[in-house]
Amino acid sequence: MPGAIYAEGLVKTFGDVRALDGVDLDVPEGTVLGLLGPNGAGKTTAVRCLTTLLRPDSGKAVVAGIDVLRQPNEVRRSIGLSGQFAAVDEYLTGRENLQMVGQLYQMKSRAAKARAGELLDQFHLSDAGDRPTKTYSGGMRRRLDLAAALVVSPPVMFMDEPTTGLDPRNRQELWEVIKQLVAGGTTLLLTTQYLEEADHLAHDIAVVDHGRVIARGTSDQLKARTGGERVEVVVHERDHIGTASEVLAGFGKGPTTVEEHTRKLTVPVTGGAKLLAEVIRELDTRGIEIDDIGLRRPTLDDVFLSLTGHVAEAEGESNGPAGDAGHEQQKETAK
Amino acid sequence: MSAATDAPPATAPANPIGQSLRDSLVIARRNLIRMTRIPEMVLFGIIQPVMFVILFTYVFGGSIKVGSTTDSDVYKDFLMAGIFAQTVTFATAGSAAGIADDMQKGLVDRFRSLPMARGAVLTGRTVADLVQTSITLLVLAIVALLVGWRTGSAEPTNIGRVLAGFGLLLLLGYAFTWIGALIGLSVRTPEAATSGGIIWLFPVTFVSNAFVDPTQMTPWLRHVAEWNPFSAVVQACRELFGNPGVVQSDAWPMQHPVWATLTYSIVIVLIFRTLAVRKYRRAAG
Repeated sequence: MPGAIYAEGLVKTFGDVRALDGVDLDVPEGTVLGLLGPNGAGKTTAVRCLTTLLRPDSGKAVVAGIDVLRQPNEVRRSIGLSGQFAAVDEYLTGRENLQMVGQLYQMKSRAAKARAGELLDQFHLSDAGDRPTKTYSGGMRRRLDLAAALVVSPPVMFMDEPTTGLDPRNRQELWEVIKQLVAGGTTLLLTTQYLEEADHLAHDIAVVDHGRVIARGTSDQLKARTGGERVEVVVHERDHIGTASEVLAGFGKGPTTVEEHTRKLTVPVTGGAKLLAEVIRELDTRGIEIDDIGLRRPTLDDVFLSLTGHVAEAEGESNGPAGDAGHEQQKETAK
Repeated sequence: MSAATDAPPATAPANPIGQSLRDSLVIARRNLIRMTRIPEMVLFGIIQPVMFVILFTYVFGGSIKVGSTTDSDVYKDFLMAGIFAQTVTFATAGSAAGIADDMQKGLVDRFRSLPMARGAVLTGRTVADLVQTSITLLVLAIVALLVGWRTGSAEPTNIGRVLAGFGLLLLLGYAFTWIGALIGLSVRTPEAATSGGIIWLFPVTFVSNAFVDPTQMTPWLRHVAEWNPFSAVVQACRELFGNPGVVQSDAWPMQHPVWATLTYSIVIVLIFRTLAVRKYRRAAG
């Protein structure tokens, strides 16, 4: 029996561009699928096809047991969509926005009003509920957008890059909300450019590139293919490379790679920050001066590099280069 | 936050026409709330035609011949039907810009993912724009009275006929907002929609009987002017208001301007509503 979200051979072309080039998906009920890929990979197009916004050129799609192409309006009753761009009316208050969406889901006016109040409470927006959403912060707007997608507690949810452009604190907050939602039994398809996000939220990940699913599996399986965490060290003097290499070999789970001209050594490890501290102490004991050291987790770029041999390249319109995820993670861990 | 399981499920509507009406009203209400939050847009919508009334009255009044006279009082009475008609048709730009803005902001995506009536987003927009046009027209009529416009100045009339004139103005204006809706769905940005919604209206409103007598135009232009839907409503208003400048012509819309306006309005709504709703259903956002 197919899952709550099922797609087979979805193809969509825009002129010469094959945005979807035969996408197959199967998301079992109550689970989360992370659709991971750079800008222009086809993630948004896939979501638009599954949510009735776009008609695929060919292929089959079934959501909540309903044929998307044959009964789009029945599908719309069973799904919630939270877009990449917070699709709320900026001149309406949070409450008015939620009430309007409720009414358009065919709830009675009074019921829609009550539901709007509940959702504002749940998403900690009660205090701001009667202000136009224009005055909301980015994080508040995303929460409201998510609340709007949840008005009728749909069994199947789609979130297109829910945290793109949010600061780390707001991202964490939104992750918590999404986790609770999934704990309640909702089936979720989520697109993201951040491996870390897919890691946190998704049971399964499908990596998309050029309109195709190029790999699928759990986060651990994908990371195993990419090589997991690494410690990166830049030593101050070229003469110390040999000694540093010995030190790292003692901690590493694989061969150390050395870039002579940048004085950079990289070794795969397990053990995270605790291990990093030990490495630093050991290097210090040996009197090796270092310019930089950091724990590097696999990024979208690493996944792509290992799967395709090329880094994730942004295509089409970009609201932040695809490499952003990698840079941010490096910054966070390289201190 | 607790899991959101206590919400009522979305239910299938009892009857499609009722749903369509209800959804349209929900959207119209939303657009009217927006209007109260951006009062400057309503204000600019009023200032522009008021400026036209004042400029035309005092700059051109006294130099343009209406019938056989250049009396500025006669010109005022002649002018107002044209300005009123221009005002209601210029609402097209507002509809176009509003819909293009909703597309750009991702609101149309939100609406299209909801189990709502397909034409409701556009109907709600055009209805809200009709309310705005009515307010503008009311203010404009008051200003026109203040600068000396009078009904019944050429032929006797009554309040019923005058109100019928305003009704026809609003009807044609409403029909034109459906052209605006189609333009709004066809362009990429609200800015393009504003210009795209208005430029074609200049030839439409000027190649007409609104500001000059078409019998003075070259024959082919005169035919265009006399069959122009815009001329029909202007002619109908002059007749109903009892104002001067009613065109003497064999052209059917000039002889039966009220019927012509009704027919044109219905035909425009039928054609452009069909095209716009079809475009909306396929909108790529």
